[in-house]
Amino acid sequence: MSKISKSWRRTPRTALAACAVASLVAGLTACGGGGDGDDEQAKLGKDDTLTITTFSEFGYGDLIEEWNADPERPFKVKQTVVAEWDTWKQSLTTGLQSGEGLTDIVAIEGDMMPALVAEGASEQFVDLTDKELDSRWMESKYLEGQTADGKQIGYPTDAGPEAFCYRADLFEKAGLPSDRESVKALFKDWDTYFATGEKFVAKVPETKWYDSSGSIAQAMLNQVEFPFQTKDQKIDVDNPELRAVYDSVAKYAPTLSTQVEQWKEDWQAGFTNNGFATMPCPGWMFANIKDSAPDVKGWDIVDAFPGGGGNWGGSYLAVPTQSQHQEEAKEFANYLTNAESQVAASKVAGNFPANLEAQSVLAEENATDPYFNNAPTSQILANRAEAVPAGVPFKGDKYSDILGLFQQAIRRVDEGTDPEKSWATFTEGVEGMS
Amino acid sequence: MPTTTSAPVENATTATSTGASPRRQTWRDRLSRWDLKLSPYLYVAPFFLVFILIGLYPMLYTGYLSFFSWPAYGADRGPWVGWENYAHVLGDSVFRKAFWNTIGMFLLSSVPQIIVATILAALLDTQLKGRTWWRMSILLPFVVAPAASALIFGAIFADKTGLLNQTLAGIGLPTVPWHADRFASWSAIATMVNWRWTGYNALIVLAAMQAIPRDLYEAAEIDGASKVKQFFHVTLPSIRPTMIFVIVTSTIGGLQIFTEPRLFDTNLRHQGGSDFQYQTLTMYVFNTAQTSTNPYPRAAAAAWILFLIIVGIALVNFLVTRAVQRRSLR
Repeated sequence: MSKISKSWRRTPRTALAACAVASLVAGLTACGGGGDGDDEQAKLGKDDTLTITTFSEFGYGDLIEEWNADPERPFKVKQTVVAEWDTWKQSLTTGLQSGEGLTDIVAIEGDMMPALVAEGASEQFVDLTDKELDSRWMESKYLEGQTADGKQIGYPTDAGPEAFCYRADLFEKAGLPSDRESVKALFKDWDTYFATGEKFVAKVPETKWYDSSGSIAQAMLNQVEFPFQTKDQKIDVDNPELRAVYDSVAKYAPTLSTQVEQWKEDWQAGFTNNGFATMPCPGWMFANIKDSAPDVKGWDIVDAFPGGGGNWGGSYLAVPTQSQHQEEAKEFANYLTNAESQVAASKVAGNFPANLEAQSVLAEENATDPYFNNAPTSQILANRAEAVPAGVPFKGDKYSDILGLFQQAIRRVDEGTDPEKSWATFTEGVEGMS
Repeated sequence: MPTTTSAPVENATTATSTGASPRRQTWRDRLSRWDLKLSPYLYVAPFFLVFILIGLYPMLYTGYLSFFSWPAYGADRGPWVGWENYAHVLGDSVFRKAFWNTIGMFLLSSVPQIIVATILAALLDTQLKGRTWWRMSILLPFVVAPAASALIFGAIFADKTGLLNQTLAGIGLPTVPWHADRFASWSAIATMVNWRWTGYNALIVLAAMQAIPRDLYEAAEIDGASKVKQFFHVTLPSIRPTMIFVIVTSTIGGLQIFTEPRLFDTNLRHQGGSDFQYQTLTMYVFNTAQTSTNPYPRAAAAAWILFLIIVGIALVNFLVTRAVQRRSLR
C-alpha cells in the first residue's frame, strides 16, 4: 500500500490522469449497468444484506434485529426508516420511474396503492401471489393490493381504524366529562363534536380543539363514498359531499384548529404544550403521541368516532422488479406480515394489523396501555374496525395526488386565503391532472 | 493563442531543416505541426466529452421526450403527442405563477447582490488593517452548504417561533407571515441567496479593482476628484468586463433558484408554498416530474421552456451591455 502511494506521489500527473480515466470508466459502467439489473437475480448468502425501506413507525426494528442476531438466518436485513410518508413517496416515485435506486422491499401507504395497481405501474412490481396466503389478511385490504387481473402487488401490513385521542386533564379543565365512557356522547357525530369544541375553546382559550385542519379533513373525507373519483375512475371533485367536508373544515379552522401543518415542528410541539385537546387516532398514531409527549399525563382514547367509523391509512409491503433479490424479498415480506411478526410489530407501533390471526391474538390478550390511562387499546381498535364502512372511500387511481391537492387547499385556508379562492385553485389544479 | 505563435515556430523548424535528411525532418515537422494544430483541441476535449455526455445528451433527449406521453410509474414511454405537453405547461396557471415568482426573486436577489458586492469590494480595496482577514470572512457564507443555510434561515423566518417574528412581536410590531405572503417569502428567500452569493461576487469584483493602475487614481486626485467621484469615474468604467461577467452569471443563477425555496417550504409537499407563493420554475420542473399524468414529458417540456426563457434573458442582457459599452467607447 505504502509503496503504491509513494510511487504515485512521485508522478502526480500520472496519478491524476489515472484517477480521471478510472472515474470516467467507473461512471460509464455504472450508468450502463443500471438498465439490465432486473434480469440478474443474485442469490443472497448468510452475510449478504437484503434492504427494506419503511416510513414513520412500522415496529420492525426489534424483529429485524432478532433476525440478524439469529445465526441460522439465511441472509441479513437492513432497514431504512424515512420519517414522513410524503418524503418517501417522492423518492419512491423517482425510484420507480428511473428504474433504479429502490430497496428490495418498499413500504407503500395504502392511499397510493390504487395508482400502483393501475396498468403500467403494476409492471414495476413483482407478483407476490401465494395461494397459501389468500385468507391471511382482511379481504378489503388484501384486494386493494391487487391488480384487476389478480396480480398481488403488496402484502397488507396494517389497517387504520380510527378512534379519537383526547386530553382528559384538559377536558376536566373545561368542565367537560373526561372518563372514557361518558365522553363517547361528545363524539357521536360531527355536529356534536364541533359544538363541544366551541364550548371547550370558550373555557380554555389557550388550547385548540383539534390538532390540525388537515387531520379532521382526512377523517371526514374517509366517510365520503366517492370523494374524488366516480366508480369508473372519472375525476369529479365538484360533488356536494366533498364540498361539505371542505366547508366544515374551513368554517372551524380559525376557532377550533391549531392551523399548523401536520407532522411539522409546531404540530409536534402541540402534544406537549397543551396545543390541542383532541385528534383522530388510528392505531399507528398511538406511537406518534407517545414519542411526541412521553411526559404528558392525560392522553386517553375514546371508543367512538364522529359519524360512525373511518379508516385512515394502512400500508403494504411490495417488491419492485428492480430488486435483484426478489425471491428473498418475497420471503421476508411474507415473514414480516405473518401473525407472529404482526403481533410483535403492533406492540411496538400500536398498529392495528391487517393480519386476521394477529387481530384475534391481540383481542384475546386484551392489552391495555398505561400511557393512555390503561385504555384497552386492542379492544378499542377491534371495535373501531367493525364500525368502518366497507369500501368507503372509493379510491381511484389518482386518489393520492388529488388528496395532496385537497390538503394543500385546506392549508391555504389555514394560512388565511379566502376559502372560495382556495377551492378554485384546487379545482383548477385537479383539472390540470387530466 | 496557438494561432499567433504558430507562424514563427513553423519558420524556425523549416530554417533548421536544410542540413539534415529531409525524411526525418518532414516527420518531425509534421509532428510539431500536429502538435500545434491538434493539441489545443485535445486539451479542451475532455471538457467537451463530459459536457456532451452529461449536458448535451440529456438536453436533447429531454427535448425528444417532451413530445411523447408517459404514464406515471410506467417503465416505457407512450405514443407521440406533438406539442400537447407544451400547451399544457403554458396553459397551467401554476407555471405562470412560478414564472413571475422566479422573476421577482431574481430581481430581489441579483440586483441588491451586485450593488452590495461592488460597494463591499470598493471598501475592501482600501488600505484596511487586516485586509486578508476581512476579505476571507466575506467568503465564509459561500462555504456553508445551501441545505445548512436553509436550516439556519428557516429558524430565523419561521412563522410562529422564528427569531425575526419573535423580535418583531417583542417590540410590539405586527409579525410577518413569511411563508404565506408572496412578497415576504420572496424577500426571505432572496435574503438567503444574497447572504450566500454576495461575498463571492465581491471577491471577483475586488480582483478586477486591484488590477486598475494606481496612477489613474493619482491623476484623478490631482484633478481634485473626491473618493466618490473616483469610484464612479475611474473604478466603475475600469471593471466593466468583470461586471458583465458577474451580471450574466448571477442572472443565470438567479433564474435557477431551487434549493433555497424548496427547503424554505415547511409544507409536506414542498410545492413552494401552499398557494405556490414561492415556487420557482426549476421547482415547477421538479414537481411536474412527480405528478400523475405524463410526469416526465411535461417536466421535459417545462425544462425546455425554462431553457428558452434563460436564453432570451441572457440575450437581452448581452444586447443591453453591448449597447452600453458602444456608447461609452464613442
